[in-house]
Amino acid sequence: MSNAAPTAKPHPKLQPHFHSMEQQLEASTLGMWVFLVTEVMFFGGMFMAYLVYRNMYPHAWVEASHELNWQLGGLNTMVLIMSSLTMALAVRAAMLGQKRGQLVNLSLTILLGCVFLVVKFFEYKAKFEHHLVPGPHFDPTLEQGMQIFFSLYFMLTGVHAAHMIIGIVMMTIILTMAARDSFNAEYYTPVEVAGLYWHFVDIVWIFLFPLLYLLGRHGA
Amino acid sequence: MNDATVHQEPSYLGAPYGLAAWLLTKDHKRIAILYLISITIFFAIGAGFAATIRAELVTPQGDLVTADLYNKLFTLHGVVMIFFFLIPSIPAVLGNFFIPIMIGAKDLAFPRINLLSWYIYVIGAVITLSVVISGGLDTGWTFYAPFSSISSNTDVTTAAVGVFITGFSSILTGFNFIVTVHRMRAPGMTWFRLPLFVWANYATSLIFILGTPVVAITVLLVAAERGLHLGIFDPRIGGDPVLFQHLFWFYSHPAVYIMILPGMGVISELVANVSRKQIFGYSFVAFSSIAIAIIGFLVWGHHMFVSSQSIYAGLVFSIITMLVAVPSAVKTFNWTATMYRGSITWDSPLFWVLGFMGLFLVGGLTGLFLGTMGLDVHLHDTYFVVAHFHYIMVGGGVTAFLGGLHFYWPKMTGRMYSEPLAKVSAMLVFFGFNLTFFPQFILGYMGMPRRYHAYPPEFQVLNVMSTGGAMVLGTGYFLILIYLLYSLFKGPKAPANPWGATGLEWQLQSPPITHNFHEIPVVTEEAYDYLHAPAPQLAIPASPREVTHE
Repeated sequence: MSNAAPTAKPHPKLQPHFHSMEQQLEASTLGMWVFLVTEVMFFGGMFMAYLVYRNMYPHAWVEASHELNWQLGGLNTMVLIMSSLTMALAVRAAMLGQKRGQLVNLSLTILLGCVFLVVKFFEYKAKFEHHLVPGPHFDPTLEQGMQIFFSLYFMLTGVHAAHMIIGIVMMTIILTMAARDSFNAEYYTPVEVAGLYWHFVDIVWIFLFPLLYLLGRHGA
Repeated sequence: MNDATVHQEPSYLGAPYGLAAWLLTKDHKRIAILYLISITIFFAIGAGFAATIRAELVTPQGDLVTADLYNKLFTLHGVVMIFFFLIPSIPAVLGNFFIPIMIGAKDLAFPRINLLSWYIYVIGAVITLSVVISGGLDTGWTFYAPFSSISSNTDVTTAAVGVFITGFSSILTGFNFIVTVHRMRAPGMTWFRLPLFVWANYATSLIFILGTPVVAITVLLVAAERGLHLGIFDPRIGGDPVLFQHLFWFYSHPAVYIMILPGMGVISELVANVSRKQIFGYSFVAFSSIAIAIIGFLVWGHHMFVSSQSIYAGLVFSIITMLVAVPSAVKTFNWTATMYRGSITWDSPLFWVLGFMGLFLVGGLTGLFLGTMGLDVHLHDTYFVVAHFHYIMVGGGVTAFLGGLHFYWPKMTGRMYSEPLAKVSAMLVFFGFNLTFFPQFILGYMGMPRRYHAYPPEFQVLNVMSTGGAMVLGTGYFLILIYLLYSLFKGPKAPANPWGATGLEWQLQSPPITHNFHEIPVVTEEAYDYLHAPAPQLAIPASPREVTHE
């Protein structure tokens, strides 16, 4: 535990229950990491279901995977990896206190997040048109397990998209704070913490993309 | 005792004043009080459901309520008591109030998130309870699919969404505690000087952050299956309802430890105090909390011995279940060893300690019966199970909560309650509890299944005993409510350290100031240094100066 002596005049962003900026930053980052552990378990439940049903219905899984548009999925993967880069650059700009770098990179991150959601919207739309949405309108000629695949597909990508929306809202708040010169080398905690969250949401997609779109397409 | 009792500074209770200041507070102590008020309300609601159940079971015929209504009553009793009372009880009230003080911090690491967790809890609870007017809920608190996701005609979706939302309140509490314990300890407060209450709540927080998200997603999947036709567990399209049980119990078994671990932490504090002795085997007690949290994640299959789970998996789950008994026994033996040759004080906390140890012992040992695969086939879904988990969760959890509440009441409110009444109610609760639930062990062993509103006449005597016990138990709880409320207005003012206890919390005035400490303390002693603790002092002496030197 660090125990830096408080400076004569505390930083205006130092909350009264912390004794130093360093402690405040450490607490916030650790907090986000702990929260991300929770998120891993949250998605973990669905990944578990995916694993179980993939074992039960290997053939249906391959069939269903063919119904997904891997080009669009791949495009979205690129978009999110790009957004992770701009996010990392935004954190760096905040640490260096470069206002322009923060504004540009945060805006790009928000923009790329929106692009992802728009692409996702068109993918969902296609699923509705092809009767691949589970429920009474699901194409009855398809194999049984495929309906479960698509249930999981919508849950997994839907919950992921909800996280994206939360991330975009968060980034918008950070952007307005950056525009008001809130961050500098001494205080950049919100950017850092929001960045961790954003990277996590990207990584979830990095797992979702191969599991849903790619695995078994050419085999089984 | 120094003369901190003489000049009192304005406490956290009074400044700032007013309802808005309370509802928007970021002070962990006020949030703990908000939680205390809300869980008391939910306890009363849950107890009302229980009272109706016990009244129905006085006679073998289902004559008071219909079978449908009975299903809704026991479901809501379980949901309310587990999600809205037991899980938040000790962590969100006593943990919230005392963890920062015990480690020498001015607040939890994230005060705003702490307040948010209370609002999430209230919103989740209101949504869940709204099913009372929108058709009830009859799935049992376990929400088993496919009944919950397809068949039930009650408002499962709303309840599932409510429970999902409430889950985030526990997650946020747990995550706040973990960060606080890691990053906010005062200088000199090393991990092995932490009070065992903090260790126990830390272990509980691990379960909060690792288990709760799994049940959250599971009930969300049930809601999606009902509301959006996204079939995950629906056997008609090839789904596997047993998968639901796996996901559900992956959280809900550890959730049992959420309800008992903080109680064990409270008892560790109390037992050292009533014995006036350092706790026996500090590090064993500390690590047994962590061990229970970890092993607790590996035993969920023992709820599913009769649900088509592989018999080999069952065997492994059965063996690991036995392993949980080891750290639990470590704690019990260490508490007993602490009391051995201690200078036992006959203050009211002792009564709760003894009550807890007796009831937890019975609850824990009968858990071994149920963890044995062969025996569980006979006892599964009988009143034996009901009796077992009530011994753990009510006999253990609620008794520990009440013990902690009595022990810390003077610190939290600055008032003393009536000691004789506290002892009477502790005994009423103990005897009432045993009379309520011990007959249920016999009923279950004889084969009476749980969750039915009617039963064969030969079970009536034991059921009448159980209902009679419930009335004694209820009287005990009600008595506590009365004299604690009375103490707020008419109770004598509490000194800073009425029990002569160790720990930073007892060095503050009662009740503490808003920021707990003017200056962050430096800790130089081990926990439970009762050799150097002041003598108990249950009332402020008339002339404080006379007792300063003994």
